[in-house]
Amino acid sequence: MPVEIIEPGLATSIQDLGRQGFYNVGIPPSGAVDRYAAIAANILVGNGSGEAVFESTYMGPKLCFTEPSVVAVTGAQAPVFINGTAAPSWESLQVAAGDVLSFGIFTGGARIYIAVAGGLNVPIVLGSRSHYALGAIGGFKGRNLLAGDSIPIGQLAGTPGRAVPEDMRPVHSREVDVRIVLGLYDFRLSENGLSALIDKPWQLTTVADRIGFRYAGNTLEWVPREQPFGAGSDPSNITDAPYPVGSIQVPAGTEPIILHRDAVSGGGYAQVGTVISADMDLVGQSSPGTKTRFRPVSIDEALDARKKYMDRQRKLIQLW
Amino acid sequence: MSATSMETSRYTWGADEHLVVQLSESMSLRANFQAMAIGSDLKAQNIAGITDIYPGNASFLVRFNPDEIDPYEVEKIVRAAEMRVADGAVRGIETRICEVPVWYNDPYTNETGSRFRDRHQAPDMTDLEFAAAQNNLPSVEAFIEAHAGAPWITSMLGFVAGLPWFFQMVPQERQLQVPKYVRPRTDTPKQTIGHGGCFSAIYSVRGAGGYQMFGITPVPIYDPENKLPDFAETMIFFRPGDIVKFRAIDEPEYRAIEAAVEARTYRYKQAPVSFVLEEYEASPDLYNEKLIGALNAS
Repeated sequence: MPVEIIEPGLATSIQDLGRQGFYNVGIPPSGAVDRYAAIAANILVGNGSGEAVFESTYMGPKLCFTEPSVVAVTGAQAPVFINGTAAPSWESLQVAAGDVLSFGIFTGGARIYIAVAGGLNVPIVLGSRSHYALGAIGGFKGRNLLAGDSIPIGQLAGTPGRAVPEDMRPVHSREVDVRIVLGLYDFRLSENGLSALIDKPWQLTTVADRIGFRYAGNTLEWVPREQPFGAGSDPSNITDAPYPVGSIQVPAGTEPIILHRDAVSGGGYAQVGTVISADMDLVGQSSPGTKTRFRPVSIDEALDARKKYMDRQRKLIQLW
Repeated sequence: MSATSMETSRYTWGADEHLVVQLSESMSLRANFQAMAIGSDLKAQNIAGITDIYPGNASFLVRFNPDEIDPYEVEKIVRAAEMRVADGAVRGIETRICEVPVWYNDPYTNETGSRFRDRHQAPDMTDLEFAAAQNNLPSVEAFIEAHAGAPWITSMLGFVAGLPWFFQMVPQERQLQVPKYVRPRTDTPKQTIGHGGCFSAIYSVRGAGGYQMFGITPVPIYDPENKLPDFAETMIFFRPGDIVKFRAIDEPEYRAIEAAVEARTYRYKQAPVSFVLEEYEASPDLYNEKLIGALNAS
């Protein structure tokens, strides 16, 4: 019944749509970095949208099925193979006992999602099956997958032969606009600092994981001032405070970091804005080197974008 | 939105899922108590669509699901809570005082520190020597005495799972202040006692960190497998408002406690206490003595 991990890839973990209610003790939401792709993979195989799936970064794993099952791959553009023969992504596929699922080199995007009919049946921790690496909880034994792991699967026959229509499959570009709502401690930036943030492009560095995405390219200037008591001496320091998920902090003013779904929940760096919820998947599919522009929008525009994003999710769920 | 409410608090959106309220730019016990009280007020209302209520040192964050609740409605609710707390002058808490044994100047954090001197503002000094000098104290021993002398209050949790921030219960002129590392380390031993700005912290897990390292405790503060009796109902030991007294220990005692933790028999020394801000402010040292007396009587 289980799926055997032959090769884990670079970083493969088990994620559902995350947990809530524990951010105040430092436990972030976690969950699939690209929620749309994770939901699509689940819907394809006949699961509910929130079952646990595999999330693999930059490189796919090699998996072996120990009994007939239905599987689907979504997310980053990556060649899919079953027993070495090319197979389509964004479609649900019937596999037989002993079949091996493997992947080629990603050609766009950063993360693939692999859903198996019945869902990955790991224990629920604090309301979710999602792995949170810093806290060593959730997923499979509180860690990323290793060769030789055997992952239990829930009972479900599955639905082979489904395909997400082409126009509903995001194509990942090396050049993206990410919408942000300015605020938080943006008043600490000088006019030049703000302009460097939003008028010039940034490049995603190789420091990009479930916790945060670090960008380089420009330097931000702060308004000089006497630091308040408790804040620390650097002008980018604040009295340690909670960080919104998606917020952009700029330690020392040089490299903005977008916190993602495994965010560190708080700290002492000034944040200058927050990525809107509708663009978190887009950030999550950025690979190192991706040219990124931060485009400020109002809170109402952010809410409107979220409605459109949720409509796309709904349309996906209503396909079958 | 950059409108100000009340005197100095500042409301700001963290995009479409978060509202952040900065009560004060500088740290104080009053701002911290206000954050905690607003958090409790909101929590008690149990509002559908508000998923996380997160009081910080001098600010707080509310996370919501805008599909379930209008963000402007969230703002209204939070402003009303802030108003109630200000009017009600919530200035005391029922809490507990807990002892944390610390092996200061230990070989583990010293070894880690020595690997990252290129990221430190004073590469020729240890973190403790640097901290003593920054606070005009004559020696490392005098610094440790100040650190382990007066108690601290848990003013916030987070960064990573279960990590507590501590704010020392002494007048501002006696607060220990040390800058963070120039560039953060990529490694910190689990259960390191760290310090940055005016805050001390215990690193709950091994990992990156920018706080100066002073010592290590043998006692877990994060126990996801609920192995120790004090973690029977929670994987996280500290709660906001917990008062903490550090006690300097030597290597033999460190080893003995380590063995008790391994045997799953270790119990935290702790006692319930009431904390009244105004009484503390009237005479901090006397008030602290009373609190420590309650701990030692437990």
